[in-house]
Amino acid sequence: MSETRTQLPKSNTGIRGLDDITCGGLPKGRTTLVCGNAGCGKTLMGVEFLVRGATEFNEPGVFMAFEETADDLIKNVDSLGFSLKALVDQKKLSIDHVHIEHSGIVEAGEFNLEGLFIRLACAIDAIGAKRVVLDTIETLFGGLPNPVILRAELRRLFLWLKQKDVTAIVTGESGIDTLTRYGIEEYVSDCVIVLDHRINGQLSTRRMRIAKYRGSFHGTNEYPFLIDEKGISILPISSLSLNHEALDERISSGIPKLDSMFGGQGYYRGSSILISGTAGCGKSSIAAHFADATCRRGERCLTFLFEESPSQLMRNMRSIGLDLEQWVSPGLLQLRAARPTLYGLEMHLAIMIKAIQEFQPHVVIMDPISSFWSHDENFEIKAMITRLVDYLKYAGITALLLNLSSDGEFMEHTDTGISSIIDTWLILRNIELNGERNRGLYIIKSRGMSHSNQIREFMITDSGIDLNDSMNTNG
Amino acid sequence: MSDKKLRDSSDDFEQHLDAMTEDKYSLRLYVAGMSTMSMRAIDNIKRICEEEMKGRYDLEVIDLYQRPSLVADEQIIAVPTLIKKLPHPLRHIIGDLSNKERVLVGLDLRKKI
Repeated sequence: MSETRTQLPKSNTGIRGLDDITCGGLPKGRTTLVCGNAGCGKTLMGVEFLVRGATEFNEPGVFMAFEETADDLIKNVDSLGFSLKALVDQKKLSIDHVHIEHSGIVEAGEFNLEGLFIRLACAIDAIGAKRVVLDTIETLFGGLPNPVILRAELRRLFLWLKQKDVTAIVTGESGIDTLTRYGIEEYVSDCVIVLDHRINGQLSTRRMRIAKYRGSFHGTNEYPFLIDEKGISILPISSLSLNHEALDERISSGIPKLDSMFGGQGYYRGSSILISGTAGCGKSSIAAHFADATCRRGERCLTFLFEESPSQLMRNMRSIGLDLEQWVSPGLLQLRAARPTLYGLEMHLAIMIKAIQEFQPHVVIMDPISSFWSHDENFEIKAMITRLVDYLKYAGITALLLNLSSDGEFMEHTDTGISSIIDTWLILRNIELNGERNRGLYIIKSRGMSHSNQIREFMITDSGIDLNDSMNTNG
Repeated sequence: MSDKKLRDSSDDFEQHLDAMTEDKYSLRLYVAGMSTMSMRAIDNIKRICEEEMKGRYDLEVIDLYQRPSLVADEQIIAVPTLIKKLPHPLRHIIGDLSNKERVLVGLDLRKKI
């Protein structure tokens, strides 16, 4: 009778971002395979799944470790902010280390893994567990003879887990032609997550992909993820669509005469602004004015610096009469510096999004985006900036991007590559005219508002930026 | 003098070896319920004990369903598991024990082939 389609029941993982891309979590009461190379974060994902379950969803969990002892595990994840000891004491978590003697086992006939079943059943029943992690069950293949029996028994184990109605994660090491070394993905049919740790141009990025999720929608892309002091966070940035709300409110650029070029009111809130210009033409100064104006309104501004240190920027801005330091200690201005070559693009994006989520700024400034172009993966850079701009628009955050270009190059690859996603585009350039070399500023486009078509002479003075009237008045 | 010492210690070794083979075998067979596999394993080990260790073995059969805590204590994964507690070294022999030669290898009654 009812037309509503029901999705599979899901179990919230509580891992930041994972629930978004799985549309609600892992399949409840079923087994999920998490596979990847050594050091890709499988164990941690399992641990966090249990910790979040125990602390946020009141679902106790069993961690069955085939590789690490309980003490080692507790120590290893302690640095990531998970205190397993306390959860064990509260009977919300049980850690069971299954030791497999590699040398002392002799096979003399048919066997099964009932010992493992009994052990797991004991652990589950003892604390009323709803979640189970088996890390890494494939170790059994190294310790026990007869892979044929082991395969049959693992198949039986996964069915048994389903009957037990626990939501389980099984981890597996990547194989050469298969997702896992012993091909156990054949038996885990509901959900498969692949973790990856890739090096590209000497930069490493962790990525996650849902290879399979039976009976559910899920994001199909590769998502970068971070492991930091709060555990795993996955950033499903590209899942955003173009349905953000356009805001009518206008905010000042911090330079009254620039505001006047936009009909006297400045930029739209939540729009994205690109400032292109040659070296030393004053891009950072325009950005600093905007940051200052933002903080003066009592709003928060987050600036990413890719070429200067925060103290260098503040010193330089003092020389034109802007005191940015006063906004740092009240928590209105945050300056974050990172070398573009420090991480991969995905990681930069992930870190920026995370910083944005934590600081909740009204304005984000990137100074400059051109420093990424040295990565020579223009397509990916454009994709990254598009995703960031989309994200900011969606969140209603005004974005100011600075781009360094050489004279006469404006229409070429760099700017045009991203100009389509930009609402307001300002250009600063040196103009040689009548025996003078002046800085000129003009607006190439500004969506949804009337704007000046003049080239204004642009001056950096001791007391900030000033714009002269139209350049054509003196020539 | 050193020659004599050498011979003495090798005598010692021989004596110990004799004592060891005379040692009592302390065996535990862990099964899970009275399945046909369990019954087979029990029959097999009883027969092997009578044939090879008559009068010098001590066999205990334990059902893990009755005493599940032993699974973790003894680190048992596969069942049936036969554990040779004594003489040292400790050994795990898994399976229904239908392959007698392998059982004897596991019990150190046969050299590994």
